Amino acid sequence: MPETDLSTLLPKIWDAFLETLIMVTGAFVAAAVLGVLLGLVVYATRPGNLLANSAVFNAINAVINVVRPVPFIIVAVALIPVTRLVMGTSIGPIAAIFPLALVASVAIARIAESNLVAVDPGVIEAGAAMGARPWRVLFTIVIPEALGPLTLGLTYIFVALVDATAVAGVIGGGGLGDLAMTYGYQRFDWVTMFIVIAVLITIVQLAQFAGNRVARLVLHEGR
Amino acid sequence: MSTAISFEHVSKTFAVDGREFEALRDVNLSVERGDVYGIVGYSGAGKSTLLRTVNALERPTSGRVVVDGRDVTALNGRDLSAVRQRIGMIFQQFNLLQSRNVYQNVAYPLKLAGLPKAEILDRVEELLEFVGLSDKALQYPRRLSGGQKQRVGIARALASRPDILISDEATSALDPQTTGEVLDLLRRVNREYGVTILLVTHEMDVVRSIANKVAVMQDGEVVEHGTVYDVFANPTHPTSRRFVSSVVAHEAPASALARIRTVHTGRLVRIHVGDRESNDPFLSRIARTHGVDFNVVYGGVSELQSRLFGTLTVELLGADVDVDAAIRDLAEVAEVAELSGPRELEAVDA
Repeated sequence: MPETDLSTLLPKIWDAFLETLIMVTGAFVAAAVLGVLLGLVVYATRPGNLLANSAVFNAINAVINVVRPVPFIIVAVALIPVTRLVMGTSIGPIAAIFPLALVASVAIARIAESNLVAVDPGVIEAGAAMGARPWRVLFTIVIPEALGPLTLGLTYIFVALVDATAVAGVIGGGGLGDLAMTYGYQRFDWVTMFIVIAVLITIVQLAQFAGNRVARLVLHEGR
Repeated sequence: MSTAISFEHVSKTFAVDGREFEALRDVNLSVERGDVYGIVGYSGAGKSTLLRTVNALERPTSGRVVVDGRDVTALNGRDLSAVRQRIGMIFQQFNLLQSRNVYQNVAYPLKLAGLPKAEILDRVEELLEFVGLSDKALQYPRRLSGGQKQRVGIARALASRPDILISDEATSALDPQTTGEVLDLLRRVNREYGVTILLVTHEMDVVRSIANKVAVMQDGEVVEHGTVYDVFANPTHPTSRRFVSSVVAHEAPASALARIRTVHTGRLVRIHVGDRESNDPFLSRIARTHGVDFNVVYGGVSELQSRLFGTLTVELLGADVDVDAAIRDLAEVAEVAELSGPRELEAVDA
């Protein structure tokens, strides 16, 4: 078992931490925007809803259902040519954002859709009864009412992204997961591995804490 | 008085699992301006479906619903939206926006109507004052009790100064005390603001306490309608009778009659008494004339809209010819029905 030298280890962990942060936040922001939009489109084109369009609805559903069950490592590998095309490279944390964002988008789309569908139909009806037109109902009633649970869903995806970056690391993304794998798994350097795990746990805890706080704010549970 | 809402040959058929279900069958009713009109019926009678045709949340399969002279069944888009803003609606489950506080909930229809902020502020303040929730403006609905939620619902429904308020089982999720408070509020809405109210309920008590007219529905049809006094004092359809007997216990149920029969073996008559205009002691006067004795064995008198009505079950004792003569005389003063054999007694309560 190799000696662990903290003075060379800590900068390495710091760099890996930054790489993870870039991958997670980059993918998260992109996926949140794309995923919520996608979820909105699926919700709105659902049969009986205001933009009811079974062609669009079925097409997006098919895409989501194709991407979701495929293990992330396979998506990431299969997408390498596309990643190179879109991001200019297929190696490094910036490149890893692409497959991460794609996978996270479809997951967020499903979460957003189910949060929107779960909005109390009575409240939507009240909006219609007050004379709000369908678009107005969507933007001033359905979306605000779905925001609380959506925040929790987004937090869940953020944590899942931290997890997925470890896999992205293996195929050249770098980051904390990659560090843990190369030092802990391949070199039996338990100290490095445990420090990395502790950092990962801290990130997840902080993210969950922040997500819960935001959700409470949105749900007005404080008052 | 002009007509606020008229239902003209309204029918509605739903397709459920490939089978057709008639929710409304040729309903004809008219609600006059200023009415508090109650629609009662058991669940599935079609009363909520009928109510929801007023603001076209439900569209009839055939027939017309005319609100303030406009056929709402023909409206769409902007026109429908405009008409809906003139019709307030309250719900059993309140349907408040959870993501907005009380103030924002009441302000919602005013924002829809495009009122300037300052006017919205004044109007919401006035409405919250009216429903007694001025101190709750910044609270979120989840923190309110059921009664408070419904008061917010009422304030929201009144925000755009509608001429008509429709109420879908608005008190059915509330306890009796809170129900009373909400009904008091609705009564004020009707009297102080002159709002015509059409309400659906399965509780006859609600109708008795605030409505002036009532329609009884069963299987998608209106089986009886009229003023609350007439329907309560003299229900003709069996369903109406059952509803009336749920709040007015003037007539002995079968169990009580059976008990009465064990002691009172003479001839029993049921006498319906309306609002009387003289103090003619008709019962004792007629009994004395014909040499008949009587026992009052069951009965009651109630007040409705400042008028009295009641039913007495009376045992008449004497020779058959004398009792016959007494019943003939009674029939000239009041509505009389003889309860004879045990078979009929059962039929009465069936």
